[in-house]
Amino acid sequence: MTDQRNHPEEQVLQDGDPETTGHSWDGIKEFNNPLPRWWLWCFYLTIIWGVAYSVLYPAWPGISGATAGVLGFSTRAQVAEEIDRFDALNADLRQQLTEVDLTTVTREDNPDLYNFAVQAGESTFTTWCSQCHGAGAAGVQAAGYPNLLDDDWLWGGTLEDIQATIAHGIRNEDDPDARWSEMTAFEGILADEEISQVVNYAMSLSDEDGDGVNAISQTYDEELASAGETIFLDNCAACHGDAGTGDRFLGAPNLTDAIWLYGGTPEAIEETVRHARFGVMPAWSLRLSEAEVNATAIYVHGLGGGE
Amino acid sequence: MSASETTPKLYAAQEPIFPKRVSGKFRNLKWVIMIVTLGIYYITPWIRWDRGPSLPDQAVLVDLANRRFFFFWIEIWPHEFYFVAGLLIMAGLGLFLFTSALGRVWCGYTCPQTVWTDLFYTVERWIEGDRNARLRLWKAKWDFHKWRLRVTKWIVWLLIAVATGGAWVFYFADAPTLLRDLVTGQAAYVAYATVGLLTATTFIFGGFAREQICIYACPWPRIQAAMMDEHTITVAYRDWRGEPRGKGKKRREMAEAAIASSRLAGPTIRGTEPGATSAPDVQAPGDCIDCMACVNVCPMGIDIRDGQQLECITCALCIDACDEIMDKVGQPRGLIDYIALTDEANERAGNKKVPVMRHILRPRTLIYTALWSAVGIGLVVALFIRSEIDMTVAQIRNPQFVTLSDGSVRNTYDIRIRNMTAEDTTFRIGLTSDDILRVNLEGSQDLMVEVPADETLLQRVYVIARPEDAPAARERTDFRFWVEDFDTQERAHSNTTFFGRNDQ
Repeated sequence: MTDQRNHPEEQVLQDGDPETTGHSWDGIKEFNNPLPRWWLWCFYLTIIWGVAYSVLYPAWPGISGATAGVLGFSTRAQVAEEIDRFDALNADLRQQLTEVDLTTVTREDNPDLYNFAVQAGESTFTTWCSQCHGAGAAGVQAAGYPNLLDDDWLWGGTLEDIQATIAHGIRNEDDPDARWSEMTAFEGILADEEISQVVNYAMSLSDEDGDGVNAISQTYDEELASAGETIFLDNCAACHGDAGTGDRFLGAPNLTDAIWLYGGTPEAIEETVRHARFGVMPAWSLRLSEAEVNATAIYVHGLGGGE
Repeated sequence: MSASETTPKLYAAQEPIFPKRVSGKFRNLKWVIMIVTLGIYYITPWIRWDRGPSLPDQAVLVDLANRRFFFFWIEIWPHEFYFVAGLLIMAGLGLFLFTSALGRVWCGYTCPQTVWTDLFYTVERWIEGDRNARLRLWKAKWDFHKWRLRVTKWIVWLLIAVATGGAWVFYFADAPTLLRDLVTGQAAYVAYATVGLLTATTFIFGGFAREQICIYACPWPRIQAAMMDEHTITVAYRDWRGEPRGKGKKRREMAEAAIASSRLAGPTIRGTEPGATSAPDVQAPGDCIDCMACVNVCPMGIDIRDGQQLECITCALCIDACDEIMDKVGQPRGLIDYIALTDEANERAGNKKVPVMRHILRPRTLIYTALWSAVGIGLVVALFIRSEIDMTVAQIRNPQFVTLSDGSVRNTYDIRIRNMTAEDTTFRIGLTSDDILRVNLEGSQDLMVEVPADETLLQRVYVIARPEDAPAARERTDFRFWVEDFDTQERAHSNTTFFGRNDQ
């Protein structure tokens, strides 16, 4: 055997070996173990299948799209069909959402409609609202996009209030029913010292125990703060209230709690006092259906802070 | 490419095989296995099992829609898929064990392809007759007689195939309901498609493809061949006893020549003359009378006397056939037998036959058995200690926490409670922590939730730290959620984390 390894061309066939194909490379011969003919037919069948498939279905890529296939099948059309089917299935629920008193749509009283509203609302929220309010609805403090998860509401947190806010928006020119108010920019009206005093007074409003540290652990200057009280009562109390608790009719924020729309640092508050803020939200009733607006209201109301 | 004088054929037509009817102990064993396995397959979906009003009453049911697997008193949920994984591991180890000990015993006796092909051959024999009649019929012209037999056979095959495909879908839905729906045309499209596909494969694989599946399509034979060693029991021919083979006149001449030759050589020791340079020219005929009985019964169409070959599924029908002939000619049984490779050298040397159990009991098979048993015991233990209530906690991390108007910090969790009991159950949700944390359930005034029998419930839970408590300011606080069956006080729990403001 060792001899044969050195002289492969002398490799001999053994008794009982299959015949060879006659192919030979460097003395290595190829046995002929014939493939079953039915396997060959299966192979031809796959070719026929492939050709038929590429004729019947979209297959060959071209410059401006693929060949359409004679069956006219398209996954887009299929999706559109399914969306239509589910829309038709949900038509009744959608109709109900525009007719019922939204406060009756709860898990206990109307679970089917409630589940539909929450799912549809979440989907609408993710599509249209999350750009500003975030996918988790936590808002963006630096840009003044409100957090919708907490229990502090500028324009009211009842279902009705939230529905109105979504439908008509805030400070937009498109909807005459949009919520509207405008804070005065106090730069030039108040002196720098007065601004500093009123900023410290605003910070002191959420200091319950009077130890110079407020609800969000910010330290303020107690002297400046007490000097700022008169300025606040003269200039700010008209909207924010004598006690600083705000006014939801005007969208004037409550200054006595731990939540600051634009942040509670002295710099952020000073920026607000000097130049004011003008947060805008679109009127969604102009873009979304009534059912979608109502569903979104129910979803947002259920995020954890609804009143 | 060198053009050869005679171009070899690169494709081969399927050789028709007409296995002859055989009787004997292995054939009887195969009958029993066929009846038992087919019986299990066809009857199992129809066994009823009372599980109370809220659960299906089918003993074995794969409920894909509700993601449950029912097996008599056992109910497997998707999160317990490790039971299925464990069974698959046991099946794998079982294959190692049986293949290393007994070779392709799975192929020969229990593989569905073998069992259904065997059943189809039985039908074929019943309608068209035994080997010789079928050979004649195959050669005959397509006249009325042939058409009648063939069509009858195909109809019976088709009925078996429909029953086979039909039985499969009953494992996935309530069998009586589904049967009614199938017959009245109200069953789901997928049910008809499955029945149709399995009917087609059963009909084609069992009736026509047969041994081609084992030889060309199935990967198991190749894998199993890699798991066999020299102690593995396989079906083999004792050529040292059977050769030289011969029959009739040729056999008589061989015998006479051998006698003459040995007389000429004189007395010998073990057939070899002291000092002789070569073995005697003429050998006495072996036990094989070349009757072809082993070849005629073979469902794979091979000659076992050529030695071990990849087509052989070790169905042992040739053993039965040969034993019958050996009995008739008055020779001992076992010319074709279950033997191991090591037996050849041993028996050629004239030593005593090694008992089959000596081959089977060796470290390799014992280790496989031990591993197989360990997995099996582990699964049984897991089955008995598993809890009927379970919970998972998914924390909402977008955002990690919410500051409320009074300065409190709130975290939100989605708790999924699994009620695996057969009764509606009230659970109490609570938490255990070294710090002070408050729990609120969304949409509920108290901490109770009701979970229907055999269902899961997703409950949103708020955990609140008041501004003066430590977790509000700390970065993270570990605590434990638990749910408690209100009646039995049985608990499940899950550890999780509360995120605070992380004041430095």
